[in-house]
Amino acid sequence: MSDALVFHFDVDGDNFTSAGQASTQVKRNLRQLGLPPAIIRRVSIAMYEGEINMVIHADGGTADVMVTEEYIEIILKDQGPGIANVEQAMQEGFSTATDSIRSLGFGAGMGLPNMKRYTDSMEINTVLGVGTTITMRVNLA
Amino acid sequence: MKVKDLLEHGFEALSLPDGDREIDGAYIGDLLSWVMGRAQMDNAWITIMTNVNVIAVASLADTSCVILAEGVDMSDELVSTAEAKDVNILRSNDPTYETAIKLSGLIA
Ligand SMILES: Nc1ncnc2c1ncn2[C@@H]1O[C@H](COP(=O)(O)OP(=O)(O)OP(=O)(O)O)[C@@H](O)[C@H]1O
Ligand SMILES: [Mg+2]
Repeated sequence: MSDALVFHFDVDGDNFTSAGQASTQVKRNLRQLGLPPAIIRRVSIAMYEGEINMVIHADGGTADVMVTEEYIEIILKDQGPGIANVEQAMQEGFSTATDSIRSLGFGAGMGLPNMKRYTDSMEINTVLGVGTTITMRVNLA
Repeated sequence: MKVKDLLEHGFEALSLPDGDREIDGAYIGDLLSWVMGRAQMDNAWITIMTNVNVIAVASLADTSCVILAEGVDMSDELVSTAEAKDVNILRSNDPTYETAIKLSGLIA
């Protein structure tokens, strides 16, 4: 495997009961590549949290995943409202989720902290009124 | 202990596509991001949540099975989704605490 493998997904913003399709597909692809279960699990959870955030907080977006010999990179990009205070958003327990979203089990304010916990690097670029791009990497080597 | 072995101890199978999977420990919770942050691979996950996101989380967090406590119901449609996604779903009619104690005795 000398060339990087890339996967692209459009994440629908309307239907968050079916959200997680991109992450589920990535999990399947990584399994086919024969990557270790612990790595697949970290990538799957980090990507799912980000995918759900795009659906709940940003009306959808895109997900790009790149697999190289050294790392797996996940880039989540949306044209949502942006994050006003990233430091606050990164704190466990901070959430602006509505009651209807909380009734589905989301809104604990643990998604961004989980993304950080399960990846080796995470970068958030966000502009109010323009959108948010989150780049995460899980190292393989 | 394997997931399918729980059937001999009062747990009911709703979806059992991977009954030979080994259970290693357990996690209890209904808030999905807590489960993704704290549950370990191969844990049995005890919850009373029954929406479609539970199936996605169980799959992505790689738990060995979901155990629905308090006898809560899951729709046939979701059970089919769980089967398609290779997610084991069991049910216990006991409250969450008693379910956990029972499980603890079995997997210890
Ligand atoms: N892509 C995004 N666009 C805009 N705001 C976001 C985005 N992602 C996160 N946020 C903001 O950051 C907050 C914290 O996000 P985080 O994922 O940690 O928690 P949550 O989504 O509210 O709940 P949980 O992830 O536990 O279900 C959100 O409530 C929201 O205000
Ligand atoms: Mg979130």
